[in-house]
Amino acid sequence: MIVRIPGLLRSYTAGAAIVEVKASAAHPDASPGASVDSVLRELDRRFPGLRFRIIDEQAAVRPHIKLFLDGLLVRDLAHPVKAAAELMIVGALSGG
Amino acid sequence: MVTPKIAATPARRRSATTTLLIATRKGLWTLQSDESRRAWKLNGPHFLGNVVHHAVLDPRDGRTLLAAARTGHLGPTIFRSSDRGRTWKEASQPPAFKAGSGRTVDHTFWLAPGHASEPGVWYGGTSPQGLFRSIDGGVSWHGVDGFNEHAQRKAWCGGDQDGTPDGPKLHSILIDPRDPAHLYIGMSSGGVFESTAAGADWRPLNRGVRADFLPQPDPEYGHDPHCVRMHPQSPDRLYQQNHCGIYRLDRPSENWMDIGATMPKSVGSIGFPLVLHPHDVDTLWVFPMDGSSVWPRVSPGGRPAVYRSVNGGRTWQRQATGLPASQAWWTVKRQAMTADRAPTVGVYFGTTSGEVWGTRDEGRRWRALARHLPHIYAVEAV
Repeated sequence: MIVRIPGLLRSYTAGAAIVEVKASAAHPDASPGASVDSVLRELDRRFPGLRFRIIDEQAAVRPHIKLFLDGLLVRDLAHPVKAAAELMIVGALSGG
Repeated sequence: MVTPKIAATPARRRSATTTLLIATRKGLWTLQSDESRRAWKLNGPHFLGNVVHHAVLDPRDGRTLLAAARTGHLGPTIFRSSDRGRTWKEASQPPAFKAGSGRTVDHTFWLAPGHASEPGVWYGGTSPQGLFRSIDGGVSWHGVDGFNEHAQRKAWCGGDQDGTPDGPKLHSILIDPRDPAHLYIGMSSGGVFESTAAGADWRPLNRGVRADFLPQPDPEYGHDPHCVRMHPQSPDRLYQQNHCGIYRLDRPSENWMDIGATMPKSVGSIGFPLVLHPHDVDTLWVFPMDGSSVWPRVSPGGRPAVYRSVNGGRTWQRQATGLPASQAWWTVKRQAMTADRAPTVGVYFGTTSGEVWGTRDEGRRWRALARHLPHIYAVEAV
């Protein structure tokens, strides 16, 4: 699957706008199977610190971040992810 | 009562330069002086676009810098430099409440290096009110359970939505230079609290402080200290600029003395910052703001002025030479005023409209050192 990285997180990915993630390479903490959470944990393993900037300590998506899985808004990190899915991380309007 | 001095903090040698760390709503800048403190050079930005609430140099090694940052979108983190800001790395574990606690750190608001005998120890205060500690120079942070998990914490602090317009805050983390286990904190709201057990337990220390916004005449806690300072040479002397006046406390007394009542009535005793003279326990500066009616939080009458006391708050002198005489509607946030340690002390403040002002003669004459920066949250002199 691929993850689209917004500009505001590319300091973590060495500038990469698209990162390929093997959904099957889910973090062992995530179960069962691949989920949005396991994908984000895998991203954080490769790009340390990224997850906490978009997911808070209570496992909630931060207020001005949106996650789109194959074009659909998801806020449940347990949402299952298929191997060919596309996860898009978006920095929504925060103003000021 | 004047408490005995415990350690002479030597005045900085006359020829040294001063560097100001300027944390703003849009990034971090530095201003560096020449040896006379007449010429200043602005450098930056670092972390452009990040909300930087505080940037602090570790006085124990003179090279470790921590900066508390977040952005409009991204959650809070700590950036760390071990070479005075040439290179930065992000903390591996920024301050965060325990999973399952239901609480979320919005931002780290206050950074405080630990005791001289505990190199690598730092404290962080967050919004909403949380106390965190690092023992590895700011790389990883853990909650101080004695506060964050205290049975009374919610009663002391109110809800996470209560507090100042930018969110309730834990600030003014003070470490007694005689005893690393003796700590004070300030909370907006909550009040001043003291621990003699390295943070394992806390008790309120607010007697004598008004809380006009609460129904009780003399509550034990729930106050709104804006800025609390402990004198580095006489750590039994505390001062606070509060939402309801200016106060002084001489330990072991537990009764704060109202020293704001002698401020001019037309100016009042409301403000955010309070700065201590590093070599004189009785000299301090405040920057009053308009706390009348709907709390405009601007300079009273549009005429900004610093007020100085040289006698522990018994009397105050207006120090406005060089500052705008009219139509200047800015103010100074609680971390945005500081002093250097030169023999004749320099005092500096950053404004909500992005100007940095300084004096090299203890407030007699002020001049602008930088303009056109973003809203300034904190200024530290190193």
